[in-house]
Formats: sequence, structure tokens, C-alpha cells
Amino acid sequence: MEQLIVDLTLILDSTTRLAVPLILACLAGLYSERAGIVDIGLEGKLLAGAFAAAATAAVTGSAWLGLLAGIGAALVFSGIHGLASINFKGNQAISGVALNFLAAGLTTFLGQSWFKRGGYTPQLSGDRRFNPITLPFANELREVPIIGQIYYELISGHNIITYFAFIAVPVTAWVLFRTRFGLRLRAVGENPKAIDTAGISVTRLRYQALIITAVLVGIGGAYLSIAQSAGFNNNMSAGRGYIALAALIFAKWRPGPALLVCLMFGFLDAVQFRIQGQEFPIIGEVPVQAIQALPYILTVILLAGFVGRAVAPKASGIPYTKER
Amino acid sequence: MNTLPRWADIALLPVLNVVLAFLVGGLIVLAVGQNPLEAVGIMLYGAFGYGSGFGYTLYYTTDFIFAGLAVSLAYHAGLFNIGPEGQAYVGGLGVILIGLALNGTHWAIMFPLMIIVGALFGATWAFVPGYLQAKRGSHIVITTILFNFIATSMMSYIISRQLKPAGVNSDESAPLEAITRVPQLRTFIDLFKNSPVNLTFFLAIAALIFVYWLIWHTKFGYAVRSLGNNPVAAGYAGISNQKLIMIVMAMAGALAAMVAVNNVGGVQGRLILNFVNGAGFVGVAVAFMGRAHPVGVGLSALLFGILYQGGQELAFQMPGITREMIVTIQALVILFTGAMGDMLRAPLARLLTRAGATAGGK
Repeated sequence: MEQLIVDLTLILDSTTRLAVPLILACLAGLYSERAGIVDIGLEGKLLAGAFAAAATAAVTGSAWLGLLAGIGAALVFSGIHGLASINFKGNQAISGVALNFLAAGLTTFLGQSWFKRGGYTPQLSGDRRFNPITLPFANELREVPIIGQIYYELISGHNIITYFAFIAVPVTAWVLFRTRFGLRLRAVGENPKAIDTAGISVTRLRYQALIITAVLVGIGGAYLSIAQSAGFNNNMSAGRGYIALAALIFAKWRPGPALLVCLMFGFLDAVQFRIQGQEFPIIGEVPVQAIQALPYILTVILLAGFVGRAVAPKASGIPYTKER
Repeated sequence: MNTLPRWADIALLPVLNVVLAFLVGGLIVLAVGQNPLEAVGIMLYGAFGYGSGFGYTLYYTTDFIFAGLAVSLAYHAGLFNIGPEGQAYVGGLGVILIGLALNGTHWAIMFPLMIIVGALFGATWAFVPGYLQAKRGSHIVITTILFNFIATSMMSYIISRQLKPAGVNSDESAPLEAITRVPQLRTFIDLFKNSPVNLTFFLAIAALIFVYWLIWHTKFGYAVRSLGNNPVAAGYAGISNQKLIMIVMAMAGALAAMVAVNNVGGVQGRLILNFVNGAGFVGVAVAFMGRAHPVGVGLSALLFGILYQGGQELAFQMPGITREMIVTIQALVILFTGAMGDMLRAPLARLLTRAGATAGGK
């Protein structure tokens, strides 16, 4: 029993760690998609953010400056996406795909040119990273059975970005459903013409959404390279931006469910290596690839409308042209 | 409203967009302290300067033509297919399964068989997103992306756990016998020594002509284009949108699968983990750069073939520039010709109108 709880706490602990970038990217996507901008480029922003954060932290010696640079890189990418999809009324899916390639190409190219380590940035330690924070009384309570264990392992001992990610969920829910800005944001994704008629700038609102998106996903990228890991390596986002996009669809563009879905996908990620080679009753051995593909398969099934229905914001993906 | 003359719309604007993409790429190379012109020189030498380099260029071009056509064909029906990567990967399964089943059979029989079975596998993999789009309304962009990932996991399982022969360390299937493999051009033409370009190259040229004929000279192609231009009108004209979407996606998948014939059947002679290696994604850039027209697709596939083969040469000669610069160029091309394709339209139209007015006034 005791051992089971220890095991479970450890799995949930790594679930939390793995879910953080998903949560941040998913919330990021939520803001743009709610405003009517499809963001396939989350993956690229995550990667660009991770690279900029690690490179800056390595050069300046400050994790905080790294974080800012990560956000900055994501902002630049969001800016290009905005230019293409809001100003030039281009295809948002194409722009997103282009940005993903741009991040994949540029991070490796610049990384090699600047650091000459085959695309890796230098190893980061100390102030160059966000280190675990021990919450008050965690060490004292550690010996208390169950509750102490859970508090010490699961609640305490994460870095500041992790706590930020979990706070960002209720904040997003509040902004989206309880503020005037949130109402307008949702309206511009459903019916931009109504917003325009009310004398509010569609362009401005959509750019505001893209900025919030960039800040969140930039922090998510920084988490990958300077909090979870100690440096950047090639393609380190490894499809997490796409998983976040899948999670967003799965959560039907709502913040609360988004958290749950991201935790579920994080859990799948956490257990995939533990179950490798293990025999299960009835189903036998589950190949690790099946677990890896599960988030994508589940999303396809949901998108197909076989269980529930995922309906995107109505104006999502459609550039808004003001009548003349 | 400013409109462009036809020649400017078809030729000038796309060329300007590509030039813009390469200019930005050049600036990035310049920014890291390297000489972009020197880089271009080395790349051109690598791509054309000697026989095996040229052979490699044509080999890459073959891949990119198929992947570009897979994106283009779907695009004519208004579908953005980002799935050629996965479709080619699954196509590889079909190629190797028929190849291993009849291992030792002469290539003259096996080449068409590999084409057919590979195409069936690729078509099936693309048909599902097509079906989901047509019947269930799932967005094709999202589903094809998801299917790329599912293909990666599925194929990784099949290759490493099912096809890998005992005693082999690397993740790959058993090899095809030499006689079964699609012959490489170097066996006929000395110039291509040591390069992998094979008979599949001519299949790619045939595919370009076929798609041109299909889209612009058949009733089917007319229906596809109507669907892409105006699905509602196409519906009123009695064209079954749902059926068309599924057929077009299946055909796109079949085209993408030919990448596998080139690689698995013609070069490696075995199914290797992740053998597609991004060729399917290059297809997206090729399709937009070529404006989904087979002539454009052929030319842009050649350009990317030059970039890929020249990029290899570059990595040897200028260590400051890695091959990933090519991925960056690919991204810039998609961005400027695809997403921002109309950015220069208005300024260009104004410029041409003004020039026309001045010329007319004299």
C-alpha cells in the first residue's frame, strides 16, 4: 500500500512535469483560436522559444533573461503569423506550417553557427536555469505518511514555470468568461462582423490574442530548455505543439478541460516507458508505440464526431475583410 | 480595384515571391558571418558540377515531384494535404511487403507491382482523412498532421518489431535481392556513377504529365477544380463533393507513396526507419512555389533537388553552414509563396498601372 502510493506519487510527479509545456502551449492556442486565428505554428513557437531561452541564458547567465528571450522569439513568430493571416489575409494553416519549418531550420542552423556543438546549446546550471522550489515545511512534513509524501514529491519541488502554468488555467478561464476582453475575444472568433459593427477593431483584438499566445507558448518553450532540461537540443519540442493542438480540440477550446486533457496526455507520456515489456492481463504486452500514438488516435476519433463533437469557433481560420 | 495582367500573375508575382524568400535566406546567412554568394556557388557546383552530384540532384527531385504533386492535386480540390510524409511512409510498407513476398523476381515485373501495391497503401492512408473530411467534417489539415504522427508510431512498431530480421541491429527490414530492385540509371549511363537516381525518375515525369492531363483535360479534373473554387456551386452543378474529396485524397496518397518506390524499391532495397526524412514536407513548399501546376511543381522540385544535393556539398565546404539552412529556405518559400503570396500583389499592380499610364501618355 505504502509502496503503491510512493509509485503513484512518482508517476503523477512526472506527469506534472511532462504536462507543463502542453498546458502552456494549449492555453496559448486557446487564445488565438478563440479569436479566430488557427495556430498550427504552436510547435514552431515552442521550439523557437526553447532555443532563444537556452541561448540567451547561456550567454547572459540569467534564466530570467532567457525567459524573456523565449517570449521575444515567440512574439516575432506570432508577429509574422499575424502579418500573414490578419494583414495579408493569407491562409493561416500554410503560415503555421511555414513557421514550424522556420523554427526547425533556424534553431539548428543558428545553434550550430553560434555554439558549434551540433545544434546543442551549452549545458546550463545554477542561475542559468529555473531550479526546483521547495515549498514551506516540505522537508519537515516529508516523514508524515501519505500526505507528507504527496506534499513533498508532488506539490513541492517544482520550478516556478510549473506553478505559473497551473495558475494560468483558472486565470484564463476568468479572463475568457468573466471579463469584457474575454467576451470580445470570444465574439471575434465567432462573429467578427458583429465586433466590427460595435466599433471595436477586429485587427487589434486578434493581435492582442496573438500576443498572449506568444507570451504563454514562449514561456512553455523556455520551460523545455531552461527548466525541464539543462539546455537546448535539436527539435526538442518533439511534436508537443501538435499534441497541445490536439489537446485543445479535445478540450473543445475550454480552459478547464484543456488542463485535464494535457494532464492525461502527460500521464500517457509518463507511463509509456514504465509499461514497456510488461505483460498485462487479457491484452498482453502493449507496444510503446501504441501509447505514443494514443493522443493522436483519440483526437482523430473525437474530431470524427464518433464520441461527442468538437466544433471550432465559427470564424476560425477565416481572414476578416472589412466591408468598404 | 487593382488587378494584375495575366503574365504578371502567372510568372512575375511567383518569381518575385521566391526571390524574396531567397533574399531573406541570404540575409540570414550573411547575419551569421558567411558569404551567401559563395554558398550559392558551392551549391550549384555540388548539384551540377559532376556526374554523381547531378544524379543525386535528380534523385531528390524525383521525391519532391511526387510529394509536390500529392499536395498540389489535393489543393486543386481546396484541400490542404500536409500528410505526404506519412502517406509516403505507409506506402513504403506496401512496397517492401510485395517486394519481400516475391523477392528474387525480375524488376521488370516487380517495378509495376511495387508501384501498384505502394500506391494502394499510400492511397488507403490518405483516404481515411479524406473520408473523415467528407463524411464527418473533420478538418483535413489537422487530420493529415495527426495521421503523420500515427504513421510514425505505427511504422516504427512494424519495422522494429515485425519486419526486422533476427540478428540485425539497425531498425530495417530484410533486403530485396539485386534483381528485384528498381534499376539505377548508372547501370545504363556512365555519367551517374555512384548516384541513386533510378527509373522512378521517369515515373515522376510521367506523373507530372498525368496530373496535368487529369486536372486540365478531363471531366474529372474540371469537377475537382470546381470543387476547389466554389464547393457550393459545384454541389449545385451536380458534382458529389464527398465522393470527389475521398477520391482526390486517395490519389494524392498514391502519388506520395511513389517516394517509397524511389527510396525503398530503387535505392535502399529495404525499409528503413524514418526513410522519408522530410521529403513529404518539402512537397508542401514545392506545391506552393509551383502554384500547384505540374510545370511549376517540376521546376520547384528541381530547385529543391539542387538545394538538397547542393546543401550536402555545402556542409563539406563551408562548415559554418549546416544543411538545416535548407529547411529554413523551405520555410521561407512556403511563407512567401504560400501564406503571404498576395503581399506584393497590390504594390505590383500599382506599379504596373503607373508604368502603363506613363507609357500610354507618351
